[in-house]
Amino acid sequence: MKITAARKLSQVFFLTLLVWLCVVETLGTKFFQLRGWPVNIFLQLDPLTAIATAVSTHKLFAPLLWSLATIILTILLGRFFCGFVCPFGTLHQFVSYLAHKNKTAKELIAIHQYHKTQNIKYYILLVFLIAAALPSVQNLQIGLLDPLPLFTRTVNILLLPIADNVGNVLSATDRLYKTAPLVLAVFLIFTLLNFILPRFFCRFICPLGALFGLLNRFSIWRINRNSKCTDCKMCNKRCQGYCQPSETIKLSECLLCCNCLDDCKFDAIDFNTASSNTIQSEPDLSRRGVLAAGFTGLLAMPAFKLIAAPNSEQIVRPPGALSEQEFAKRCIKCGQCMRICPTNVIQPCGIENGLTNLWTPTMNNRMGTSGCQLDCVACGYICPTSAIRPLTLSEKLGKGNFADKGPIKIGTAVIDHAKCLPWAFGVPCIVCQENCPVSPKAIHIKTTESGLQLPYIDSGKCIGCGICQHECPVSGDSAVVVKPFGQTREKN
Amino acid sequence: MTDENKISRRDFLARAAKAGVSVAAFSAAAKLLCESDVRKMLPMPEIFTGFKDYSVPAMAGKTMSIVSGADRTQTVSKAIELLGGIDRFVKPGETVLLKPNVGFARPARIGATSHPDIISEITRLCYEHGKAKKVYVMDNPINDPASCFELSGISAAAAKSGAEIILPRENLFRPVSLKDGKLIQNWPMLYEPMKRVDKVIGIAAVKNHARSGASMTMKNWYGLLGGGRNNFHRDINTIIVELATLVKPTLVILDGTDVMMTNGPTGGSVSDLKKTDIMIAGCDQVAVDAFGATLLDMTPQSLPYLIRAEELKLGTTDYKALKPLYAEVKA
Repeated sequence: MKITAARKLSQVFFLTLLVWLCVVETLGTKFFQLRGWPVNIFLQLDPLTAIATAVSTHKLFAPLLWSLATIILTILLGRFFCGFVCPFGTLHQFVSYLAHKNKTAKELIAIHQYHKTQNIKYYILLVFLIAAALPSVQNLQIGLLDPLPLFTRTVNILLLPIADNVGNVLSATDRLYKTAPLVLAVFLIFTLLNFILPRFFCRFICPLGALFGLLNRFSIWRINRNSKCTDCKMCNKRCQGYCQPSETIKLSECLLCCNCLDDCKFDAIDFNTASSNTIQSEPDLSRRGVLAAGFTGLLAMPAFKLIAAPNSEQIVRPPGALSEQEFAKRCIKCGQCMRICPTNVIQPCGIENGLTNLWTPTMNNRMGTSGCQLDCVACGYICPTSAIRPLTLSEKLGKGNFADKGPIKIGTAVIDHAKCLPWAFGVPCIVCQENCPVSPKAIHIKTTESGLQLPYIDSGKCIGCGICQHECPVSGDSAVVVKPFGQTREKN
Repeated sequence: MTDENKISRRDFLARAAKAGVSVAAFSAAAKLLCESDVRKMLPMPEIFTGFKDYSVPAMAGKTMSIVSGADRTQTVSKAIELLGGIDRFVKPGETVLLKPNVGFARPARIGATSHPDIISEITRLCYEHGKAKKVYVMDNPINDPASCFELSGISAAAAKSGAEIILPRENLFRPVSLKDGKLIQNWPMLYEPMKRVDKVIGIAAVKNHARSGASMTMKNWYGLLGGGRNNFHRDINTIIVELATLVKPTLVILDGTDVMMTNGPTGGSVSDLKKTDIMIAGCDQVAVDAFGATLLDMTPQSLPYLIRAEELKLGTTDYKALKPLYAEVKA
């Protein structure tokens, strides 16, 4: 079997695997449902997630240790992850193949030329890492462009819902997500850019690829061109990394697609340990570029925050979310909590919550099937970086060993007397009281002399689950709304 | 125009003919589809007038049974046996729909949902003694449907006993109107499964309910409603009576093993429950609920929907007049 055939098999396998692991994030015990599948494995293998969160939190969250395997293999072998594993890269390679398959060899050689503009991805990496490192404005934004969170998010809140809402195999009711159009726009743009140049995202943008490009400079095995070369340049024809195997090979750009091994008819290219002066092992970075990127990184977060950024503390986060500052150091916007949430109540923030909060999780009680389910702690267990901390049911409900601490509060419900049917219109209702799941109920009733039952909220008992907000019969904005005040995370 | 560019007569005629046909086709289509009154352009949904009658012929002295005992599997089995056995209600080859209350995503021990033991036992009886072809379990829960069936243990009970869960998928709802109904007019209900089955058995627990007073077998039919059904809470007694008018069940089971005395209908703590160890089966849902009210320390007369149901001759609140059959099952 040719090495490129093995590569294609590997790529198809890992792309399928990522989609499959998103599929199985479904409530239930059947083989295609949650039953111990390693649903976070791609995010855990992702060294950029590990390094960026280590930069922002000064610690490495243990499950992200998997990324060490990727790092070690990259140091030894080079960017095998880009060539053989990355599902997003596979998608781009396939689309690029379709987009450019009618081109002649000459045209292909021309478009696959190395150009130093492709080093922009190193500067992108630098901007994000410096922004994450700044103590005063710590904000992890790498999830916007890191291909694994990006693609996981795209599958979770765009592609799977589209596929499943056709036949509702995985869920009885449609899974709907706010800001899905924005996810679609990003996904479409990155996919369509392949029509301009093959694997455009990988070449110019991907910060993970840039990280690999910095890691592989000492790799022991490399793509080498030997003296049998006739300078036909056919090795450039399908070069996925634009590392120009026909010239001085840019090692940092080589993503081990191995097409050059296939395309060379003269056995002039090998993957071996030979020492060669036809290789440049470090990327073409200019001092000026690095300084500019560093400076941009310093200013990026203050600028980000300037754009429609209300106080993040105003966002209602899922139960177990760390304090907002610690949460912001960890959330990579992968959408895993939104996918696994059985009630679909965890929704991605839009830019109305500030650009820095884009696609971070929030509770939208008017969407989904019924607020935050009392006997459920799924989001904390799936969060790959523990921005949402795993809670036991006892801790969430304030029972057993946690009885003295009381339940985890997501927020507190407030009744809008101008909308509430009994309060504003004198119409009997109290659906909110009926559905309040805590015992004794956090919504209690006082009956007027004329027999009208009026709902009152006991802020001490309310856990902010939002079921009342979901069930309130007042259409449009509910007459009872969960606000973030009183949330347990403030004390973290 | 030079000669060589000139169109031949033959080509011109062919082209003109094709153009003419195209013009005619578009004109005909326009003429056919043209409508000036927008109301006539709206689709006319088929509206279904109620469900069929699932009840079985009355048998003197066998309308209601009350069994005391702690084990639901035994008490429900005994309660049905007293009424003549499941084969009185289910004939060989029939399909049966169980309508438990699966409203909330809570474990069975909280008592907010129908107990899984009842589901598996009735399913077993339907298959083994009733020779039923298929048993379905359906509800339109308040909380997330899949979670409700899983957490309440009803999914597992159904899987164990061979019943099939019907989740409230959108394509199962049809607009239903109740004749002379005030609230149920052109309202989405789980019509499709109800149409397909031969028999319907309602299964509910006795629960406190601040708005209506008590949630029992009549209130349980709320789970057939779709749409913005919470709006009916403003007229809760009317909707319960209309539902009881609409659904003529084969049998209703009321579980008073643990009665939810406070905090209903969600509950949330076992301290909300009172152990009374009673299981009721009956063909008269008004009578069954009238008895259920007493388990909540209420009189049937304090529940307006029971009074109105009796006025409409849906059943009797004087359950004693039916001479319920009593039995006790010792564990």
